[in-house]
This record gives sequence, C-alpha cells and structure tokens, in this order.
Amino acid sequence: MAGTGGELGRDDQAGPARAVSRRRFIGYLIAAPTLVAGAQLAVEPAVAAVPTHQAVDEYDLTDLLTDATKPTAHLITVEVNADGTVSFAMPRAEVGQGITTAVAMTIADEMDLPLDRVRVSLADARPELVWNQLTGGSNSMHSLFFPVRVAAAIAREQLVSAAVQTLGGAPGGVSVRDGVITLPDGRSVSYGSLATAAAVPRTRLVGARLKPRSHYRLIGTPQGRVDALDIVTGRKQFALDLDVPGALPTMVCRAPTINGSALAVNNRAQVEAMPGITDVAIIPHTAFVPGGVAVRGETFGQCIDAIRALDVSWGPGSVDGKSDADVLADLGAAELPLGPANPAASTLEERFTFYFRPGDPLETNCAIADVRPTGAEIWSSLKSPIWAQEQIAQNLGLPVTAVTVHVTQGGGSFGRHLFADAAFEAAAISQKLGKPVKLMWHRTDNFRQGRVHPMCTSRVRVTYSGRNVLSFEQRHTSVGTDFTHGLGELLSATYGTEPKQDFLGYSQTVFNLSANVPYNFGAVTQALNEIYDYNTFNTSSVRNIYSPEVCVAKELMVDRLADAMGQDPFRFRRAFLRDRRLRAVLQKAAQVGRWGRAMAPGTAQGIAVHKEYKGRAACLVEIDCTPATVSRQVENGYTGPRVTRVVYAVDVGLPINPLGLKAQMMGGIMDGIAQALTYSLHLRDGHFLEGSWDNAYYTRQWNTPLEVEVIVMPPTSDRPGGAGEFGVAASMAATACAYRRATGTMPTSFPVNHDLPLGFTPLPTVPPIPPSPTDGLQNTF
Amino acid sequence: MPTHTFILNGQSVSVDCEDGVRLLWVLRDLLGVKGPKYGCGLGVCKACTCHINGRAFNPCSVPVADIQPSDEITTIEGLAATVGRDLHPMQQAWIDFDVAQCGYCQPGQIMAAVALVEEARASGRPITDADLDGLRNVCRCGTYPRIREAIEAAAQQM
Repeated sequence: MAGTGGELGRDDQAGPARAVSRRRFIGYLIAAPTLVAGAQLAVEPAVAAVPTHQAVDEYDLTDLLTDATKPTAHLITVEVNADGTVSFAMPRAEVGQGITTAVAMTIADEMDLPLDRVRVSLADARPELVWNQLTGGSNSMHSLFFPVRVAAAIAREQLVSAAVQTLGGAPGGVSVRDGVITLPDGRSVSYGSLATAAAVPRTRLVGARLKPRSHYRLIGTPQGRVDALDIVTGRKQFALDLDVPGALPTMVCRAPTINGSALAVNNRAQVEAMPGITDVAIIPHTAFVPGGVAVRGETFGQCIDAIRALDVSWGPGSVDGKSDADVLADLGAAELPLGPANPAASTLEERFTFYFRPGDPLETNCAIADVRPTGAEIWSSLKSPIWAQEQIAQNLGLPVTAVTVHVTQGGGSFGRHLFADAAFEAAAISQKLGKPVKLMWHRTDNFRQGRVHPMCTSRVRVTYSGRNVLSFEQRHTSVGTDFTHGLGELLSATYGTEPKQDFLGYSQTVFNLSANVPYNFGAVTQALNEIYDYNTFNTSSVRNIYSPEVCVAKELMVDRLADAMGQDPFRFRRAFLRDRRLRAVLQKAAQVGRWGRAMAPGTAQGIAVHKEYKGRAACLVEIDCTPATVSRQVENGYTGPRVTRVVYAVDVGLPINPLGLKAQMMGGIMDGIAQALTYSLHLRDGHFLEGSWDNAYYTRQWNTPLEVEVIVMPPTSDRPGGAGEFGVAASMAATACAYRRATGTMPTSFPVNHDLPLGFTPLPTVPPIPPSPTDGLQNTF
Repeated sequence: MPTHTFILNGQSVSVDCEDGVRLLWVLRDLLGVKGPKYGCGLGVCKACTCHINGRAFNPCSVPVADIQPSDEITTIEGLAATVGRDLHPMQQAWIDFDVAQCGYCQPGQIMAAVALVEEARASGRPITDADLDGLRNVCRCGTYPRIREAIEAAAQQM
C-alpha cells in the first residue's frame, strides 16, 4: 500500500511543480479581476458612468475557507491497494451533493484509472486536519481539487518509478492507461501489483506534475453518481441503517415550546412498563443538547407510543409567547440606518421580509452513540466532525482521544449537518443510560425544535438620475445565526474575528465575504445587523445564510429600476453588469429561454443573476399566476402559482461533473421556487406551527416546473467553484421577479403565501408528536 | 407476544411482535430490512413506500396485525426479482437519468413510480403530467424533474 501526500506549499518550487504554480497563480489572477472589470465597462456604451467596487470582489468566503485548509493540505492522502483500486478517505461529508463522485473522477483522471477503481469513503474525525475537515460554504471541490490531484499525481509518478525499477528499463516513454503501466518495450505491470513495491517508509516532499486540462478524460464529462446502484437497490447505508450491537431505537419527548426543558416525568413507571420500552430518562436541555425525555425501546414505533404516553412537566423555552410579528418588530428596531437622502436624485426604497424556514433534510436528525466509562464511539452525518469530536469529549468528560467519530453518509443536509445536535444528544443519552442508543428525531420535532433559516429583513434604497444609478444601499437585519460549529472557530483563527455571545462578528464576516452587487450602481453599501443571542432560536445555514435573501431584494429592486428608467429587465442588467462572466450567463439564459417571448395574461418571465463561490449564474423563470393554476386543488397540499419553466445558465469556473452540477442546480432551483412561493414556518406563541411536510410546503411534484434546463458554461478557470448552494439565489430571485411581473404587484414578504390564512390545522404540541397512522391499507395505489 | 407471518420479498417470514407496531418498524428494527426509510412516520413523505400485493402503500401507517399471512410485501430490495432481473426497469431508469442525490427518499420514489406506471397501464393509458403531479413523495434534494423523466422512460420499458 502506498500512501502519498500532496502539499500545496510545494507549488512555488521550480521544476515539475511549475505547472501547479502557474495554474494557481492564474487562479488567483482570476480571483482578483476588479480593475479589469472596471476597464471592461467602457465597452458597454449603455452602462452608467458610475462604477462600483466592493472588497468581496477580491477576497471572498471561498478564498477564506480554502486558505484555512492549506496548512494541512499535505495530510490529504490517497492509497493504492493491492487489488488495483485506489482509496481516498475523504475529509468531507457526502450528503447528496455528489463530491464523492467528483473527487473519484479527479483521482481517476490524474492517475489514469477507470472511475470504478477509485473508492472514496468518508474519513472519521481527524483532529490533525484542523480546518481541513469542514463541509460548508459550497467549498469542498474548490479546496480539495489541488490537494487531491497532487496526491494522486505523486502516487502515479511513484508507481511509474516502481514499475521501471521492478521491470528494469529506462524511465522514458512509459505510458499508463487504466491502471496499467507499459514500458516502451511492451512489457506492462498493473498498479495493484506495484502497490507494495511503491510504498515508502515515510512521507517525503516531492514535486508533482499535474495533468493539463487538455489531458483530462473524465473531468468535464457527465458521470453518474458512484453510489447510484447502491441507492436504487436500497443498499446505501445511512446512520439509521447501521447495526451497532445493543444500539436500540431511541427517541426524545420534546418540549411544547422552542428550547423548553423537561422538569419532571410524572408517570415514569407506567411508561417504562409499556411494551418494548427499556429506558426512560430526563436529558437536560443545554447549550449543546436539545434534550427532553429520552425513551429507548425495541422498535421506534414503540418509542413513538411511549413519547405520546409520557406526562412531563416542562420548563419555559427561549421564546415563549413570541410570534412572527414580535420578531419582525425586533428586526425593525435593530435595522442599521441608511445614509442621508440625496434630494437631487430620484429614490426607490423597499423593505423585504423573509420568514423562518425549516432546515430539514429528508433524513431526520439521527446518530448512534456507544458511550462507555473509558471511551465513546459515535456515528452520524457530520460536516464539522473535528469540532463535534472535541465537543462530545468535553460534554462527556472524556479525553478527545477516547472519542471516535465516524462520518456516515447523509440523507441531505443543506447546512444542517454543520451542527451535531443529534450526535451530542445521542452521546448524552448513551452516557446517562449506560447503553448504546440509535437516536432518531421525529419529523414533527425536526420542524418544531430543529434548526431553521433565520428570519430576516432586507431594506434597499436606490438613487438614480436619468440613466445613471448613483447609489445602492442594503441593510440586512437577521435573527442571529449560530456559528458555534467549526466554521466559527475557523473564522476566529483565519480572519481574526472575535467570538461573541451573539456571533455578530462571525456573521458580519460571512456577510461581508459573500454579499455583493455586481452592477455599476455607484456607491454601494451593504451591511448586516443581527438580533438575539445565538441560541435564542436554533438557526443554521439552510442552503445559504444571506445570499438568497440579499439577492432577491437586490434583483427585485433592479426590476423596479428598469421600470423606472423604461428599460427591459434583461437589457438593463446587461448594460449595468460590471462582470464579463455574468453578462455571458445572462445572455445565455435569455437566449435559450427566449426572453421577451409573448406570454399570456397572468403569466410572465423573470430573470436574475447571482455571483458567488467563484461562479456566475443567471436564471430565467416562467411563472403561471392565473386563477386556474393558483386554485388547483391537491388534497392536504398547497398549490398556488406554478413555475412552469426554468432556464439556468451556470459558470462554475471548471465544471468537474456536468451531470452532477446540473443536479445541484436543479435542486437549488426547487429550493428557490419553494422559498419564494411556499416554504416557511409560522412562529406562534413560542413554537412553530408546522409539523409535517403537508404543513411546510417544500416543492412537491405538483409545483415542479415542467421544463428545467440547466446550461453548464464552458470552463472559464482551471479550478472548480462551488455548486451545492449555487442554484438557490438566482432561481429564488428570478421567481420573485417573474411573480412581480405576472401579478403586477411587488412581493415584499417571502414566501409570498406566508401571510395568507393558514392552509392546515396545526398539530397539538402536547404530546409533541402525532400518533402513527393506521390507515395505510386504505391508501394504496 | 403474537407471531405475525407474511411473505416478504418472496419468502415467508414470521416475527414476534406486538400487534400495534407499524410494519415499517417490523421491517427495519426487527427484520433488518433497511431499504424502506423513515421520513415522517405520518404517511406524508412516502419515503417508506413499499408494495403490498403489487400496490404501493406506506408501512409506517399499517399495524403489523393488519398484514395477512398471504400478503406479499415487496420492498426495494425485492423489486428486481418481481420482474426476474438484476434491476427493475425503473431502477435502471433511475441510474440512466442519474436521478438520485442523497438517495434517502429514492427507494420510496422508485416503489411509488412503479405502482403509478402499473396503475396507468392497467387502465390502458400512458403516464400523463397529471399522474406525475399526483406523486406525493417528498424529495428534499429537489430531484423532481429527473424523477419525471425517469418514470416516463421506464414506462416505455415496463
């Protein structure tokens, strides 16, 4: 077995590494095009003469996250196995975003291997990686691309050297194909048979000659997911599918209000005597453990029955009595002031409200924990496993080295698994009971006590004179975002951000490194303020924190500006954009989507752009707001307007797997549609009303567009940008813009149905979860 | 404790369990059949969709005592065998169209899709957009457009 390390620190060496150095250098050049962008504005005669410059143009969140991984890039290793396969224990989480496939393609290309001989697994928590085991900010492929290739290239060169040494011969003229090394005289040897001979006793620093882009055979070609067969046959294993001896089903009876805690169980003996139940125990609510009353039993079904039978005395929660309107008032009071008005200019101003929305993947929070007096073993989908390991050790009073954290395949995340709530809770329960547990949250708990996208407002004021935009001011005000996960520590260490109780320092860093206005709108200011301590509500990134909301507010105001100047929304954007790549995706989306085609009354097109993660995106949406469509009846379902067609043009720099990239954009589009039109949580009296997928209206088939076309632009870089969250902002904004044009009304609160009468009867809060249905055989088809 | 007998993926199985335990937990927790997933336990998300005597149903919503000894339960693990192949055409279409992302909901999606196509075929008509709109399975990754494409393609092969 050969283990090799790739280190970016070697890039600046002369010799074989020069190609790397050049490519990275270009990468940085591509990352810093501001002055060029400014100069390009001159070729657009229709553009206003008041250019805009923002610091985020030069250094953004992607740069920060990637920079944080560089000191430990040499710890990224690939292994060559005797059976001819190559293994990579990836220090990132796979939650559906497809990075196991993209990374396998990258390794296969660099090593001249067939894709099916690369095995990508998920690494256990590795504390020595420090900041290099965090899956977030759509950063994985951007940060892994070079280290993985360097490691793979070094392995390949080492194998070639071993082949020459073993067979005897000159090093020149050797060819490699499909894991077989062939010497000029025709003799050949496979990777697998050299795995031992190529091994080195210790890591040494060597240069790596990376393949030029023109030599890629897999990168840039559409490849199906490496786990597709396992998925369609039911063999893919998620945390709850693992068999850990003694880890019986365990659930928690949760408080009727957010962050409430259990004070006493009034019928413990009765519940303990229920069929199948083995344990009942109070788990205190802490800063890290949601808690309540844990029940453990033979089946999850019996745990559900036990939870419903529990009589618990509950303490207060963190937001008792509060409703949407209270939070909205608190946000309004905290909004940072806009600059002084300019009486000589025309002014447009609007405030947009974005309600709470769930952070739920389809797999509910879950984890397996086996805590013993001397150590603990944890299994869960974790995007920040090093932090989780450290915190679990602290919570349990164990040394970090006594805690093993396995990262399982995740059934979705969207940011949720940056937090380790289920792992913390499972560990606490296992320690208290002295038994292994397989913890699963009920769906209703996930909605009501789970993590949510923070409610926020975005106020925008634009001034213009004639056909020039003079200023664009945006004041974003949000319920505090929780940064207690590893990203917070990363920001402290990398960016010098001071930790605070309310984490505003972290939030502002993320905001300042992501919010942008890609137009020549003169003086641009964007600022964030937050309310409440971080643990007042349980918040997290939900496929972005700020970008979709910032983008929606901005793009709606762009449409208003276009109207005010009597210009078409597409042509206005094309004229004012100060970025060549954005103009290219905008042009592509408009062309493929046939922007401006005749639309029936009550229907309309909308178009919007977004820049983030080193990428550019433009989305064209067609929406149907006709009464016939809005009034469609679906039993226990919400219909409303339907987005009928989406065209999405995306430039991610270097697309690794266009098929997977299109899938990510498609998913982001479904999120964008939901967030604009239907998907939110209603806060009433200290709890969220939604308790099932028939209450929280994520996109369903009846609201799925009949046509979705994603166009992957040709490479504009030697490095991949981000994808996981990149489909959301532009599609949400385009949907909002299309809604405005179809209805002739400016939507100012999102989703647009949030303030309509509730479309469902809220489930009770005591007991906290509904009974399991019994009518399954009456609903077959 | 009562014993419950039924046919699971072509094999007769017996399990000792309280009458009221829903079939999903009998499959997953007692029989170790993990293809059907828990997504809500309320008959809403449809992640656990399986077949009973060839019709789609949600085992999270059926007490095990309601299952008769002659009932044939098919989970995703047993789907291919119902057509005597390594993969059912619907599973193959899922691979061909690279439908899955995280994959958690997809066993249920596939089982529902097969029943939808069979139902349309039984009434002698092709799959329509209205049929596809009627699928209630939640996919939080948002794979819906590819699900529609895959179903339409598989319907030609079934």
